[in-house]
Amino acid sequence: MAEGVKPRVKVPSKASAGDTITIKTLISHQMESGQRKDDDGNTIPRSIINRFVVDFNGENVIDVAMEPAISTNPFFEFEATVPETGDFKFTWYDDDGSVYEETKTVTVG
Amino acid sequence: MELNRRKMLVLGTAGAAVTAFGALPAFASATEDAIAKFTGGADVGEGGVELTAPEIAENGNTVPIEVSAPGAVAISIFADGNPTPPVATFKFGPLAASQFASTRIRLAGTQNVIAVAQMEDGSFKQASANVKVTIGGCGG
Repeated sequence: MAEGVKPRVKVPSKASAGDTITIKTLISHQMESGQRKDDDGNTIPRSIINRFVVDFNGENVIDVAMEPAISTNPFFEFEATVPETGDFKFTWYDDDGSVYEETKTVTVG
Repeated sequence: MELNRRKMLVLGTAGAAVTAFGALPAFASATEDAIAKFTGGADVGEGGVELTAPEIAENGNTVPIEVSAPGAVAISIFADGNPTPPVATFKFGPLAASQFASTRIRLAGTQNVIAVAQMEDGSFKQASANVKVTIGGCGG
């Protein structure tokens, strides 16, 4: 597992049914592109997060396939519809097989 | 690797030199191949896609971009001057409120960023933006 990976997600805690909410996510990750060379001229092997998925109560919101051209500490902003009270589940998939997860609950009141 | 100012300058210059001297055509065809892979060889029309990128990016390591394509099921981003043109593909699910996404990308040098959207009817639309990059983002 890459070191120091910490997901951060910004989701409003309350919404009205059917509301559109903006979600911002950031995960700290070095996103080594596989293009850089170290001081001895050896290529540093690629190590990135290659997929990011957001689901709400099991229904898909967005599914992103990521390439090495995504910056260090990948940031995403997008909009989702909230039909009912439930959980947003954020999942990041690392090249090395690690999976990072984060869950946020939105209450419809 | 410790990046001090001197190294950054050297890397930036090297990157610019590579871009300037003949490497572009190879990258351009790689981009066409990558786009064809996404579209399956279908024709790509203009309009219906909005791509927001800065005209000048000081630092190619983190360039903020936004794409929006109402009615799209997927949007794929390509950078035609990068060693590997594909950047990201966004697929929108049933709970996506809009076909909009914003992220930050790496650009190796001054180049075009291209967004190709797959619409609900299966057609493809594209938009592109030229970004001038002062310091490249691929480590020379």
